Amino acid sequence: MTTLPPETGKKLGLVIDLDICVGCQACVTSCKEWNTGGHSAPLSDHDPYGADPSGAWLNRVHSYEYEKAGVSRTVHFPRSCLHCEEPACVTVCPTGASYKRIEDGIVLVNPDTCIGCKLCSWACPYGAREYDHDDGVMKKCTLCVDRIYNETIPEEDRVPSCVRACPTGARAFGDLGDPDSAVSKSVAAREGFGLLEEFGYKPVNRYLPPREAAPRAVVAEPQGETASLPNPRSAVERLFAWADRALSH
Amino acid sequence: MHPAYSVIFFTTSSGAGYGLLFWLSLLHAAGGAPDGRWSLLAILVMALVLITLGLLASTLHLGHPERAIGALSQWRSSWLSREGLAALATYVPAGLLALVWLFGIGTAWSVPLALLSAAGAVATVYCTGMIYASLPTIREWNMPMVPAIYLVLTAASGALILATLLALFGAASGWVALLTIATLMAAAALKWLYWARIDANPGKYTDEMAIGIPGASAIRQLDPPHTRPNYVMREMGYLVGRKHARRLRRIALASLCGLPLLLVLLALLWHAAAPFLLIVATLSAAVGLLIERWLFFAEASHVSMLYYGRKRA
Repeated sequence: MTTLPPETGKKLGLVIDLDICVGCQACVTSCKEWNTGGHSAPLSDHDPYGADPSGAWLNRVHSYEYEKAGVSRTVHFPRSCLHCEEPACVTVCPTGASYKRIEDGIVLVNPDTCIGCKLCSWACPYGAREYDHDDGVMKKCTLCVDRIYNETIPEEDRVPSCVRACPTGARAFGDLGDPDSAVSKSVAAREGFGLLEEFGYKPVNRYLPPREAAPRAVVAEPQGETASLPNPRSAVERLFAWADRALSH
Repeated sequence: MHPAYSVIFFTTSSGAGYGLLFWLSLLHAAGGAPDGRWSLLAILVMALVLITLGLLASTLHLGHPERAIGALSQWRSSWLSREGLAALATYVPAGLLALVWLFGIGTAWSVPLALLSAAGAVATVYCTGMIYASLPTIREWNMPMVPAIYLVLTAASGALILATLLALFGAASGWVALLTIATLMAAAALKWLYWARIDANPGKYTDEMAIGIPGASAIRQLDPPHTRPNYVMREMGYLVGRKHARRLRRIALASLCGLPLLLVLLALLWHAAAPFLLIVATLSAAVGLLIERWLFFAEASHVSMLYYGRKRA
């Protein structure tokens, strides 16, 4: 049913710390690896080592430069489904294949009833859904629904694959509906934000902004390297230049 | 947005079919339809063929057309689902009307059936327009004007085909010609206004808003997340149309409205050549409509492209 549940028991989601993400893409590749064998399996993967690779990925990491207070900064910016509380991708779905789970708020696609009309991807402002041309259905982040409740894997692995893979601890998973959860506390402490809240879809995932750089004395611009080149050039350099020209004929 | 040819053909062909069904039904209800059930039936069948071809084409862009029936289930929230239901529901009165005329049944029911068919045509096309107008992610579509444009273009193309068919059956109607002129002029005015509006609106979402980091400005892509375009970029980042958009708009208006208007006027004055002139007008309008619909997609920009280097959307 594509009408939304009025309230979900939990609001499971990710908290991504932009201050410590190093853009290593480990979350991206581990996501693909898990999910090509999980709920959305297989994820299309054409020409992966060639000149024109393409395929469905559920998590992408951008890298941006920006300016803040006159200082240039770099940020690595993971982007995946935000598991919105009021997702338009679900309500536009004509078949009911897109749905939001009542028990934990995870937004999923039923691959057996999706007709591949792509309207949900048009409705998502975050570009989080990717169509799989091989399967003819839409693919998206499942918050590793097949890991987090999976009692056949060790307990420490029962978190989304991207969280488990992150070497810097920039990704955390938990119940953002519970103000006492570790993720909610970190969001409160660091003024975590959601993306494009203007749309009113109430994204659950939060981003922790990069911390402010400690004030530093401005280092003088180094002298340009060309200025220190000997000019006119030395006799040896002129000899080599002459040899180069003579041999080139 | 990527213009899928199947969707362009669907919305133009079905749109013209629903327009034809609408005007034929009204003409019949108003008692102005030509005598003889065979010409009525032929026009109705023409409308249903255009509608059906379009609907079949619309399933071509689906990943799983065989599951299309499931798309009728979510009418509570989905305009696409409502469109499917309205389209199927319209077949009921239109099909019964076709049976009435096929067997020449003298019944008082033909007028209510015609009115129901007309209502179904309007409802279906309105739903088509709302599929696009209800998406806040695409500013060129998220306008109350969009369903109005779909309805007016449907009315204009339907009226033009009706005028052509009536002329071919030797039952040319001055009223239908005037209706065609009026709807073509309304279509031209509305599209002109639409293009002026989207040109004047730079988009209210910026890349600063998309990234969301408080105080960040002058955002620049340092490293893309992938080396080649992905689905999101191919579907939402379609840019080919922008280069020739201005020229294509003029071509669309001239061939959708300009030339047909001229030919319909000429047909009013020169009755003997009316069938030929109106066929040319219909073909010209068809080309114009295809270009208009292609531009409707190609000129639309999606908010998700803010993550891929676009500054505003």
